[in-house]
Order: sequence, then C-alpha cells, then structure tokens
Amino acid sequence: MKPFGRLFRALAIIPAFLALAGCEMVVMSPSGDIAAQQRDLVVISTVLMLLIIVPVIALTIAFAWKYRASNKDADYDPDWHHSTGLEVVIWAAPLVIIIALGAITWVSTHLLDPYRPLARLDASRPVPEGTQPLRVQAVALDWKWLFFYPDYGVATVNELAAPVDRPISFQLTSSSVMNSFYVPALAGMIYAMPAMETKLHAVINKAGVFDGFSANYSGAGFSDMRFKFHGLSQADFDKWIESVKASADQLDRAGFIELEKPSVRVAPRKYGSTPADLYDAILNRCVDSAKMCVKDMMRVDAQGGMGLAGLGNVFSLAYDQPRRQGAHVAPQARYVAAICTPEAPRDGRTVEAPIAAPLGKRASLEPSTSAGTARVASSN
Amino acid sequence: MTPAHQAPESVLFGRLSLEAIPYHEPILLATFAVAALGGIGVFAAITYFRLWAWLWREWITSIDHKKIGIMYMILGLIMLLRGFADALMMRLQQAIAFGGAEGYLPPHHYDQIFTAHGVIMIFFVAMPFVTGLMNYLVPLQIGARDVAFPFLNNFSFWMTTAGAVLVMVSLFVGEFATTGWLAYPPLSGIYSSPGVGVDYYIWALQIAGVGTTLSGVNLIATIVKMRAPGMTMMRMPVFTWTALCSNVLIVASFPVLGATLALLSLDRYVGTNFFTNDLGGSAMMYVNLIWIWGHPEVYILILPAFGVFSEVVAAFCGKRLFGYASMVYATVVITILSYLVWLHHFFTMGSGASVNSFFGITTMIISIPTGAKIFNWLFTMYKGRIRFDLPMMWTVSFMITFTIGGMTGVLLAVPPADFVLHNSLFLIAHFHNVIIGGVLFGMFAGIYFWWPKAFGFRLDPFWGKVSFWCWTVGFYFAFMPLYVLGLMGVTRRMSKFDDPSLQIWFVIAAIGALMILGGIAAFLVQIFVSFMKREELKDETGDPWNARTLEWSTSSPPPPYNFAFTPIVHDLDAWWDMKRRGYIRPTEGFIPIHMPKNTGAGFVLAVIATIAGFALIWHIWWLAVAGFVALVATAIVHTFNYKRDFHIPASEVVETEDARTKLLAARA
Repeated sequence: MKPFGRLFRALAIIPAFLALAGCEMVVMSPSGDIAAQQRDLVVISTVLMLLIIVPVIALTIAFAWKYRASNKDADYDPDWHHSTGLEVVIWAAPLVIIIALGAITWVSTHLLDPYRPLARLDASRPVPEGTQPLRVQAVALDWKWLFFYPDYGVATVNELAAPVDRPISFQLTSSSVMNSFYVPALAGMIYAMPAMETKLHAVINKAGVFDGFSANYSGAGFSDMRFKFHGLSQADFDKWIESVKASADQLDRAGFIELEKPSVRVAPRKYGSTPADLYDAILNRCVDSAKMCVKDMMRVDAQGGMGLAGLGNVFSLAYDQPRRQGAHVAPQARYVAAICTPEAPRDGRTVEAPIAAPLGKRASLEPSTSAGTARVASSN
Repeated sequence: MTPAHQAPESVLFGRLSLEAIPYHEPILLATFAVAALGGIGVFAAITYFRLWAWLWREWITSIDHKKIGIMYMILGLIMLLRGFADALMMRLQQAIAFGGAEGYLPPHHYDQIFTAHGVIMIFFVAMPFVTGLMNYLVPLQIGARDVAFPFLNNFSFWMTTAGAVLVMVSLFVGEFATTGWLAYPPLSGIYSSPGVGVDYYIWALQIAGVGTTLSGVNLIATIVKMRAPGMTMMRMPVFTWTALCSNVLIVASFPVLGATLALLSLDRYVGTNFFTNDLGGSAMMYVNLIWIWGHPEVYILILPAFGVFSEVVAAFCGKRLFGYASMVYATVVITILSYLVWLHHFFTMGSGASVNSFFGITTMIISIPTGAKIFNWLFTMYKGRIRFDLPMMWTVSFMITFTIGGMTGVLLAVPPADFVLHNSLFLIAHFHNVIIGGVLFGMFAGIYFWWPKAFGFRLDPFWGKVSFWCWTVGFYFAFMPLYVLGLMGVTRRMSKFDDPSLQIWFVIAAIGALMILGGIAAFLVQIFVSFMKREELKDETGDPWNARTLEWSTSSPPPPYNFAFTPIVHDLDAWWDMKRRGYIRPTEGFIPIHMPKNTGAGFVLAVIATIAGFALIWHIWWLAVAGFVALVATAIVHTFNYKRDFHIPASEVVETEDARTKLLAARA
C-alpha cells in the first residue's frame, strides 16, 4: 500500500471537508495504522470510481437538458441505436476502472488480511526485530466484552488497553451468538462467533481513549454492548496492568458461567488472576467441565466417530440449553465427560487405538452414575 | 429479552393464550384499533354496496393475469404502508434516543420493528410490485392471452398474500422476530429466540416462497413457449428479457431459501443441530446459504426495474433503445454473476484473503454490465426527443441516484474497505440507495407508465410531480446523513446512542423520512384525484405515450382475451414497427376465443395454508396436521375439476372490438 498511501494521502482532504461540517469521522481519521490503510483504500477506490461516475451523472443531466422535447434545435435521430465503436467504449471504460480496482483489491486484501501479522507500525516504521505482539483473547458475551491478557494472566470486562506502537494480536470468540469486534480508530471489524476463533492484528499509534463495540446485532442488549479502548504509553500500560493485577477478583470457571449470563450495561471490571486454560475452554464450549470440548468431539469424529457407542457422547455436548435457562448445573445423567487430549496423537496415522485409552482414563476421573458410561467404557 | 421458561402448552391451543395479545402495549393497541376500524369500514362498505359476489367472481377467483397483476400491486402498496410505518418509527426512535434517553421504544419492540421493516419491504413490497408488473405485462408484451398456467398464477398470488397475512397477524397475536431480516442463528435458534417471532418469520416466508417459486416457473414457461409468431428471443422487449432472467433467478434461488429455512425450523422444532452452537452445528453454514439466496434476490428485484427503465427511456425519447443486444447480454451476464458474489455480505467472517479477494472482484465485475446499461440508457437519450412525463422523470432521477448507490456498492466490495464500513449505517445508506433509487423508482416509473393501460385513464400529473419531488428530495435527506454516520463509525440496528454530536444527522434523516411520507401521501391523493377525474384523463387510444411494444396495440384496459388475433411480429419494438408499416386493425372475421375459467381453489388452498402456518407457529399440532391433510385433499379434489375452460363467443368479441373501432373512429 505504500505507493498508494503516499500518492493519495492528499486526497484524504476530501472527507476532511465533511469534517469541517462539525462531525468527527473516526473512519476517515483513525489512530491505528491498519485503520489508516483501510481509510486510504476507501479514498483511493472512491476517487477511481469518481473518474467514471462524475461523467455519467454530468452526461445524464446534460443530455436530459439538451434533448428535451421543447428544444427544437437539438438533433433528433429516432433510428440511431447502434454504434460498435461507442459500445466498445462503454464496456471498456468500466472494465479498465475495474481492472485497476481489482488489482488494488487483490493486493490490499492480502496485505490487510486481519490474520496476517503486522509488518509495520506505520507508514515509516517497520516492526522492530524480535517484537512480541501483545496477545489479547476477546470473548463476546451477552452483552459485554471479556478480554484475557494471557501474557499477564489477567482479564477485564468492558475495558481494553494496549501500549502505543506495539502490535496487538487478537484471538476472538463468542459465548452465545455472533458478534463483531470493532474499534473504528484501531482497525476494521471481525466477527466473533461461538465455538470458532477469528484473528485480528492491529496497532494503535496514538494515545487516547477510543470507542469499541459490537458491530453485529446480537439481541436485546446490543445497543449497550460498548467498551472503551485505551491506547497508553508503555509506562502507563505497565501501570494499568499492575492495577489489574492488584484486583482481588479472580475469574475462574464458576465465575465465568455466572458472568456469561445475559446482562446489560456492565461496568468495567478487572480480574487480578484467571486460569490460563479458561479462554480455550470457552472457545471449546466446555467451561462446565462436565461437557465434552468441541475439539475433543472433532477429534473423535475425525477418527471415524465411535459408532453406536458414540451416541452416548451426544448427551454431554449440549451446552446452551441449561445455561440459557439460568441453571448452570449439568443435567443429571452424565455419559462421557471428556476425552483427555494431550496424550492423544493427532498425526492422522493412528486411527483406532488412541480413543480407547484416554476415554477410559478420563471417564474414571469423572465418576458417573449412568449405565451409558459403563457401556461406553466396557465397549472399549 | 430472554423470556422465562415457557409455560406448558395446551393440547387445544398449543402455546397460544390470552397473554399473546399485546393489550398492555399502547402503540400496538392503537394500531390494532385503527386497523380494526378500517377493516370494519371496508367490510361494511363491501356489504353495503353488495360487492362480495363481484369481488369473489371478478377478483378473488380470477385467473386473468391482468387482474392478478393488479392484485399483486395492491398487496405491495398496502404492505408498503406497513413497512414505511415501521421506518418512521425507527427514524423517530433514533432521532430522540440520545444521551441517556431511551426513546419511546424498548429494545424488544424496536428489534421487532427493524426486523419486520426489512422482511416486509423485501418480501411483501418489492417482490409483489415486481411480480405484479411482470404478471401484468409479460403476456401482453409477447402477444399471449394469459400466462402458461393461469390457475397456478392465482394460487401463487394467494400464497404470497398468505405470507403477508401471517406477518400482519404477528403484530396483534404474539410477536415478530427480533433477529434482523435474515434471522442469523444462533440468535434465531431456540435458545436465544424461544418465542413465536422467528416461527412467524419462517412460516410467513415459507408459504410466500411457494407462491414466488411457482410464479417464477409460470412466467418462464410463458416467455419460453407463448411468444407470438415472429417474436424470436432477440426480438423480445427488454422488460420481458429482464423478467425472464429474474424468474430464472427465482426458480434457482428460492428453493435454497426454502431449504435453509426448513433446516432452521428443524433446529427449532425437533432439536436437530444444523446451525446450533452445540453438537457440531455451524451458523456460518446458514449465513452462506441464506446469502446464496439473498444476493440473487436483489437482482431478482432490480432486473425488472432495469427492464422498466429500458421501455420508458425508449418510449419517452421517441427513439429505439440504444444497444439492444448489449442490453440483453448485460442482463444475462448479471444473472449469471449474481451467483458468484454472495460472500461479499460477510467478508468480516474471517475467510482467507484469497477467498475475500475472489468475491470482491466478482462483485466489481458486475458493475461492468450494469455500467453498460446506464450508458445504453444515456445514449438512448442522445439525439432523442425527450418528453418529461412522470415515468421519464423517475428514470432520470434513478440514473443519477442509482449511479451513486452503485459507486458505494463497489466501494463496499473492496474487502479491507468493507472491514471498516460493514454493518454500519454506510451499508444501510448503500442498499437503500440502490433498492429505493433502483427498484422503487423503477416501480413508480412502471406504475405511471402502464397505469393508463391497466385502468383506461392517466394519473393526474400535478400530484404525481408532488410525489416525485417529495420522494427524490426526501430520499437524499433521509439517506445521505446515514453515509456520513457510517463514516463516523455508527453501527446499524442501534436503539439508542451515547454521543450527542450524532443527533443532528438522525434528525435530518427523520426529516427526509417525513418528506417521503409526503411522497407516499401525494401518490395516494393522486390515485384518488385521478379516479375522480377519470373521464377527463381518459385514454381512448390505447397508446397514450406513442410507445413501442405490443401491449400498446390493445385497448386501455385490454379486453380479457388481450388480442382478438395473435399478432405477428416482424421486428424489435413490434408495435412501433406495426405503426410505421401502416398497420390496419382487423375489424371482422372474429372467432370464439378459448379461455381458462376462474376457480376458487387457489384462494382456498392459501387460506388453509395460512391456518396451518398459524398452527405450526403456535404449536397447535392437531390443527397443523388437519391443515396439512386439508391442503392435500383440496389439491386432489381440484384435479377432478374438469370445468377449466370456456369460449368467449364470437359475438362478444365482435361487440368488444366494434366498440373500440367506434371509439378510434370518433377520435380520428
């Protein structure tokens, strides 16, 4: 984007005229490099298209005026309906514009892919060698945002902070419905979806407090699903992290199940400590440890499932129903709790053997009252 | 909100109880009172004037494509009033809910309103308008006496109406969906939306979808098989071409919608997990499927509007359409490409850069044939003699407005630009810019153009101009502020805002909406005034605009059989060609005309479908089963109805045609 960025920086003046009208267009004057490049692209594309849009509108008005029926001076040629040369032009002109725009699109979409780690802090500074991005794991809840800082072992609700000029690497998921994580000053949005993880790389170049929110309608509390994003100097960020660590609150699994119940306008909250595996459990929908994790289920399925015995597992997968109805105890009949994953090889070569051992192992850890488990266990 | 655990369902009434009637909501109560009074008024008037039998005989059971077309337009107009009332409520809410003020609509109500607005405007306003125009015009333009399957046509209309009825019922019994107009799961799943709202949504669209699909089949068969002799594909009027492409899209995409909604209903009704969070369901699958229908859908709407503009430009410039062949190819290219762009509705879902680029670039490519169309209209105006009657005014307004909307659309097709504008009010401004500026303006151009054909009198131009200017200016006031707000990072579907500096833009948008209200009111006044002055505005020629295609060769309104003799086509713009060759209208040699006969089966089937749909929504299982059995039984009984056709006697044809001969002679 470099050549375009410099070339068209001047054109960013156009929206600035609108800014004069007294409104603050955050999309047009962002504070993060990714959002700034996206802004440049908005401007470039608009200018490219205006090359053809302006003549079309001007011609429409000109022809409408000139060939009005009352103007007897204008030519009238009722049978003129074809001109090969003109037809070539009217197909070729948009084609040329689209070829240019298509090329820009291909390049910029790859360069600004939210999954792509940053290569630069802004137009003039590459990311210094050996810089570790700040990792943030964001979870959209009904209707608030939860942020984990795995590098520091802390978490916050409805408050996000990052040091200026340090790349941030987001992993995002959701606990119940689709949301979209969007801090317009920082970078474009990306969906946060349950049982799935999306990624976003961004950097904030200016200190300040910016608006962040969900940009995908998610139900009754959606309008209040907002948070503040703080761009801080490194020293201020360290202080901020200290203040989070100083909080006596802890976010454990039971605490999360309480937190994820629908609520609106939740004041920012800080958790001084949180287990390192909680985000992974949220992503895999097994915060309630009686549930089988999605990744375990996928592993079982990838190895061909378990036939009839696998039916028993089904009952340990449903996660939404009891939670949404306000209860956070698992249904009484438990079948297979989960499969132990770390030991199970995932190289795609071992097909049949690995299931049995972990199953039996974990099932014995979770004493079960139902006959179903016994059957599953014995079948292995 | 998440309702408490559902009350137990009764065998007789399912989950329907008195609590489903929202009598504690003053807004709904007032609406209901007005609707009920209006309904009683209409009922009383029909009874007083003894019109029931006439209504049943001439309209409800009619299988005349012209009457069905008019009924589609009436349905679209009624639903436009409902959908626009929703729009006004949203504009008012967003104009006042600032800085801690909650506005007058709680989220639960507001969310229903924007969902209903989207569903109604697309499915029950734009679709009936487009289908109505196609129904009315296609047989006339190709020189046919009716569509290929006249009964199916009547059935299709009533099924569409049944869907609309269910949406309206949701206003007073229960609630509508609070999920947004495409009902993305998991939000529309049973855990996040346990109420009846999403079920109303599903069954209204399923039932209406049956009608739309069958209507598509019908019109394709009509266009392919029933063209007058000499009318090759490349001599078809452009409107008929766009209708053909639009119906091909309907037949190819509506089954996808039906299947997607069926999977969603299985998730909700029987506990499958196609789109749930648990057990390996994937909500992303739903989003892909619904947009594989959804993107062709917008071309289903816009293509016939393009057809209208092509006819209007040629007629009012007094000139053959520039580049007919390239217009046809452009239409076909758009039809095909519309299947290759669906993912641009969710670039932000995290697909890879190559996937996003592919869909971004295919989307941009669509702008090439679309641009070619705009140029073709432009060069039709070049060296024309343009009469600025209302249809042409709408067309010029469209060309300017739609070009702007097209530009913002291509901008949104650049994935990184979409990342900052997706789901923002910029997006809302864009699609209203193309749907109002394209489809709706096209429908108005079409209504003004063909009104004299359908009713035998013109619409009063004064009120038409008032309506036109209110709409055009109102549109810019209502939607340009939304572009600005989108660039300020404001998201759609918000019921309140913190930042007071945004308010002024919402107030401007609300003023724009009020202007559009003026436009709609002026349109209704215009119809009323024109009806009162119908003698003065009478069209006796059948060709009031000196137009070009075959429908203008008939009387206004056309006789039930359309053409006493099937016309023979020698060139594009058949009627213009006939006029130029000194065509002489046949005045003798008439023979009896074989016509299809009216039947009430379509109406009965649709009523049963409505009841069955209502029963499914409310879990009244016995009634749903009974309704299904009744549907099948009625359909079977209908197959034994052998009295399906009759002959209009030659004497009646002679009488009708002689009357017209006298009229024309009196003018000459």
